[in-house]
Amino acid sequence: MTDTTTISSGHKTVTGTGVKRREDRRLLTGEGKFLDDLNFSEFLEAAIVRSTVAHARVRSIDVSGAIDLPGVAGVYTAGDLEELLQNLPPKVVHPDMSHRVRFPIVLDEACYVGEIIAVVVAENRRIAEDAVDLVIVDYEPLPVVASTASALDKDGPIAHLDAPDNVCVHITQKAGDPDGALLSAPHVLSETFVISRGGGHSMEGRAVAARFDEVAGELTVWDATQAPHYARQMLAVFYEMTEDQIRVIAPEDVGGGFGPKAQFYGEEVLIPFLAKKLGRPIKWIEDRWENFVSSAPERTQTHRMSVGFDDEGKLIVIKDIFEHDQGAYCLGLQVPSITMSTLPGPYKIANIHSELFSCYTNMVPTSSLRGAGRPQAVYVMERMMDRIAEHLGIAPEEVRRRNLIQADEFPYAVGLLFRDGSPLTYDSGNYPGLLEKAESRIDLSAFRDRQIRERKEGRFLGVGIGMCVEGTGLGPYEGARVRLTNFGRIMLTLAAAPQGQGYQTVYAQLAADALNLDMDVIDVRHGDTGNIPFGQGTFGSRVTANAAPAVVDACTQLKGDLVKAASMLLGVPVDQIELSGTGAFVVDDPERTMSLLEITRAFNVGRHGIAVKPGSPVGLERTAYFTPERAAYSSSINICVVEVDPETGMVELLRSVLVHDCGTVLNPLLVDGQVYGGFAHGVGNALYEEMHFDESGQPQTVSYLDYALPGALELVTPELVDQETPSPLNPLGVKGVGESGTIPTPAAIANAVEDALRPFGARFNRLPITPMRVLDALGVLD
Amino acid sequence: MTEQEQITTDLHPLHLTVNGKDVDSVLDSRISLADFLRHELRLTGTHLGCEQGSCGACTVIVDGVAVRSCLMFAVQLNGSTVETVESLCVDGQLSRLQQAFHEEHALQCGFCTSGFLMSLTAHLREHQVTNDQEAREALSGNICRCTGYAGMVKALLAVGDGESTTQ
Ligand code: FES
Ligand code: FES
Repeated sequence: MTDTTTISSGHKTVTGTGVKRREDRRLLTGEGKFLDDLNFSEFLEAAIVRSTVAHARVRSIDVSGAIDLPGVAGVYTAGDLEELLQNLPPKVVHPDMSHRVRFPIVLDEACYVGEIIAVVVAENRRIAEDAVDLVIVDYEPLPVVASTASALDKDGPIAHLDAPDNVCVHITQKAGDPDGALLSAPHVLSETFVISRGGGHSMEGRAVAARFDEVAGELTVWDATQAPHYARQMLAVFYEMTEDQIRVIAPEDVGGGFGPKAQFYGEEVLIPFLAKKLGRPIKWIEDRWENFVSSAPERTQTHRMSVGFDDEGKLIVIKDIFEHDQGAYCLGLQVPSITMSTLPGPYKIANIHSELFSCYTNMVPTSSLRGAGRPQAVYVMERMMDRIAEHLGIAPEEVRRRNLIQADEFPYAVGLLFRDGSPLTYDSGNYPGLLEKAESRIDLSAFRDRQIRERKEGRFLGVGIGMCVEGTGLGPYEGARVRLTNFGRIMLTLAAAPQGQGYQTVYAQLAADALNLDMDVIDVRHGDTGNIPFGQGTFGSRVTANAAPAVVDACTQLKGDLVKAASMLLGVPVDQIELSGTGAFVVDDPERTMSLLEITRAFNVGRHGIAVKPGSPVGLERTAYFTPERAAYSSSINICVVEVDPETGMVELLRSVLVHDCGTVLNPLLVDGQVYGGFAHGVGNALYEEMHFDESGQPQTVSYLDYALPGALELVTPELVDQETPSPLNPLGVKGVGESGTIPTPAAIANAVEDALRPFGARFNRLPITPMRVLDALGVLD
Repeated sequence: MTEQEQITTDLHPLHLTVNGKDVDSVLDSRISLADFLRHELRLTGTHLGCEQGSCGACTVIVDGVAVRSCLMFAVQLNGSTVETVESLCVDGQLSRLQQAFHEEHALQCGFCTSGFLMSLTAHLREHQVTNDQEAREALSGNICRCTGYAGMVKALLAVGDGESTTQ
């Protein structure tokens, strides 16, 4: 019953503190519920026949051997699935874009190694995989496009039959008069940069399971996705069902996302469809080889960049023309559009020319990966800042300082458009503050003295800076629903689905403060379209800036209802009621309390057939959606120290100081965790990760034996310094942080490597900087 | 019978101890230890990240040694003693290492976590971890994509004093 002391003891704010995660216990004890951990033992399992050729006409598919294998329930090709031969549309498009139709399964032309040719459904995965080997596909090889250079070569091969060329889109954005400014600038430097990014490599791959309930006419889909509502919408269109007939559940635990799981794939259409068709539940679990050949990576961009500047190192103009590899189909233009608008970064530049050639190749389609086009832009810009410094003999930090947008210049209009089509206007920030904090933490002058001393001893140390501004918190909206349950607890439902970000913890913190109740009475669930009708998903560091205001809004509304309910039950005016702990109390008489349980009994459970007073707050539940006006801009700086061994070409990371500004911090523990993880990803991009394809479009990196992810020995723990410049675009002042550690890191490390090897004049215009590339740049390999 | 069918019906008896319990089974020779644990015993805390010995997510302890359960056939283990992540928490009490992982935010998505816990539990039974380098070496056989290992390094240093980590 009512425990007065836990109710009227007053509320202690938890938002902004490093509350430890609620998610941890189940994951530490092996009780996490990832998709493949759910008990689907009665489910059939699918395995997929994938194209082994990068570009081919499929002459015939012989499935007879596979069908005859005992335990096989069926083998399906496009010929069996005509209803599904609809286009999987790209997310972000452009009016000038040239489209290529992407079916969930190959009809007659395979356009990359890994594309789905057939689906085998069997009693278990072993049998399904055996059957995959028995499917015989007759390919007629076609010319292959295996690089952007070859894609854009006028006389080169074409990635799709019946297409005139390989151009997906050609877009130019300009501010000021870049061509004129390049002609008149006192100094102009030009460089070509090739930037490789690789794959997402969530430790759990993609996964889909589905069951069709014929009696209810409902399809339930379990999907290890970042965007369950998006998946449901796509399925509703494909299957011509209403959204209420389809329930998509992202399991409570999803083993990492990083972008690839925010896309929508053929398997997500095929598996539920077959479950319905066969009348048997089916699951499909992606294996690591499939992850390499079929989950969207980000791969390569080639940039040709020119900068014009004056004798002081002040930027006058930048002109960047770049090639982006969409892969065989366009999943959307989000990545190259973000690259275009991220280029100017924290600097004041009057004249900008950013030009994109996005093209089709015969490689797995690409999409967003932690950082999403930003690390490339930052790499290009920050490398050029160092080149300017070197050219003029000014310290790199000084060149940056002279060009930074000042803290009192916000909102700052860059003159370009962002990914969502809105004017690129930075809402808030303090870029000189970032630089100053990082510089003083690392102590650059002491480092440079040491650098000179060490060089005499034959040790080559270098320091490098990477600075960036990062659009986060994209719309259109995110939603939250909060309810007083029949057992007197608060159930907070988020539309967005996490993959390790700790939503169950941080949103309970926010809800506790918005409701003035104990965190312990608040449960958080997420990622189930059956529980909240609308949502967008987790991508682009957008959830905090969208969902957090929605949570606060819904909870504030519910708080009003709870106060009203308590005031009616206690017979005192609403201004005499406060919430605290596990219920409400009377301000002038704190001994008089009303627990959540009593409130729910009166107004949610109710008494069957007995009227309540008119105007009673029955059905205590509120739903809110927040729609940001536009993106909120986070910013960060990374200064890295490396040592390079000119004998072996090995780069050792010695230190990183990372100052990031994501506005108001809701849980510092989680924010730091995001930055640490993002940093590791950036180190991978800088030094290790690269996907290789041979000239025939065959992927050469299809396991962790040929594709290196950074392990603990390759990393340092970055020293984090906080700066909080709240965003004016949402009531909490929050901005995204999921990518802040990644974005400036490749630039910082490359600048540091070049600084270390300055006595040799070695240049590093290509990522990742592998030992071979170091030796090559040093001329050792000649 | 085709060759395929022969393969799928190559059965062997198996007796082993898993997390202190005797287990008897008759099993296809092709079933990996990981699949046996996950599907037959429904010990789903052991995860599969690569199925080829690179990521360490599937690490369990067999006869005291940390092994990759994706690379072993279950029938190889007749008579062995297997410990999985489900054995670490005793009577509702997290092990020191598990507790340190929680305190230091050493996990995010948690998919890699079981493998790290088992590798480190085996390591800490025989070694102390007293500095950053030793911690990183102990962690270097497994991959985590979420955390950058920062919290794991801290957690390991917090319990690396040679005291028992099981309680
Ligand atoms: S699943 Fe066994 S090492 Fe990766
Ligand atoms: S916590 Fe996600 S892979 Fe390690």
